[in-house]
Amino acid sequence: MNLELNVNGEPRPLDVDPWRRLLDVLREDLGLTGSKEGCGEGECGACSVLLDGEPVNSCLLPVGAVEGRAVRTVEDLASADALHPVQRALVDLAGTQCGICTPGIAVTAAWILETHPEADRAQVRTLLAGNLCRCTGYQLVVDAVMAALEAQR
Amino acid sequence: MTAYLRPTSLDEALALRAAHPDYAVVAGGTDLLVGALERPAPAGVLDVFGVAELVGITPGPREALTVGAATPYARLLESPRIRTTLPMLHTCVREIGAAQIQARGTLGGNAQTCSPVGDTLPVLLALEAEVELANQAGRRRLPFAEFVTGYRQTALAADELIVAFHFPAGLSRLRQHWRKVGTRRAQAISKVMLAAVASLDDGTIASPRVAFGAVADRPLRIQSVEAALAGRPPSLGLADEAAALLEQAITPISDVRSSADYRLQVAKNMLHRWVASLVD
Repeated sequence: MNLELNVNGEPRPLDVDPWRRLLDVLREDLGLTGSKEGCGEGECGACSVLLDGEPVNSCLLPVGAVEGRAVRTVEDLASADALHPVQRALVDLAGTQCGICTPGIAVTAAWILETHPEADRAQVRTLLAGNLCRCTGYQLVVDAVMAALEAQR
Repeated sequence: MTAYLRPTSLDEALALRAAHPDYAVVAGGTDLLVGALERPAPAGVLDVFGVAELVGITPGPREALTVGAATPYARLLESPRIRTTLPMLHTCVREIGAAQIQARGTLGGNAQTCSPVGDTLPVLLALEAEVELANQAGRRRLPFAEFVTGYRQTALAADELIVAFHFPAGLSRLRQHWRKVGTRRAQAISKVMLAAVASLDDGTIASPRVAFGAVADRPLRIQSVEAALAGRPPSLGLADEAAALLEQAITPISDVRSSADYRLQVAKNMLHRWVASLVD
């Protein structure tokens, strides 16, 4: 089936089975391997992407569902010469260890910066609840998101 | 290759449903896609997430509120009307997954799947919501309790779609209580859920409605408990009595998430705590 996808601001026409998961199409057909598969059942958030600006699990989305809608992946967060402020904060404050969850966290955190600029620490924890990390204990992740939020205020 | 249909209007969706009764109806996909790689692909997919008539939260002429079947949970959470009229639904939905699931999950999807652990289903029972179904010939409404017919079985016909949920008037006057017990607070599938409502009339319990999830093959109202509570003043003794009656009414199972003994004890504790909380 021919689908007119829009990924990271670019039209990406593809001939694919619409029942395939968006996550697999991003990684295998479009070479966008930043989105990770952790659990594959919508619990861990490592595959988070923004769909029309809202975080979703790309492992739970048939690619047929996203035609005509804007998909934004972790690859689109940084510009050519600078990390996204939240990526910079995750690096600077060591809010990452093994790294599998980090792209999903960065995507959700970028959404938090855009849509919840006044979020406090408790709200950030709730908004990030769909992104599980087995390494960091979250303290440094939340520190990084708070630092990025405070820097943009 | 799987056929994938994305109607944008209800008329179009119902015509496609009639033409392809074997296709999987999908809204946000948060349940249907779990484990989908291990199952054969459906013959086709009818994706109703973009059908405009299925989305919205509107005050009805008689009901307090009508919620479109494909309204994402995130829209319910943003709605002041849901928060004030159906606080139990607000609390319940806030605890379903997190932002990623709430962006896609819907009441219609939860009801169509009709899993015993569907979080919103005890809420629909306790609030005595009606579900509205449509096919090309017309629409019908039935109490949500009649919609649920068995383990993952519903009254939905092969040519019908779930259109909306209607919540009756007067719910904001009731005390609404929601409690979900899972392995942890966020991102956990439920072990036991309780949705309970009642009002207190001159110190006695009126209109008690008690619904549990994950204690039987389907979400259940517990009529014996409701009958015991109605017209009685809340007390710790009444809470004991209700918990004992509950034990006779439910048949929890052991599975990967919990044992039957644990579920039974937790369900009794949840009910006891709620009845006790009605004591001033």
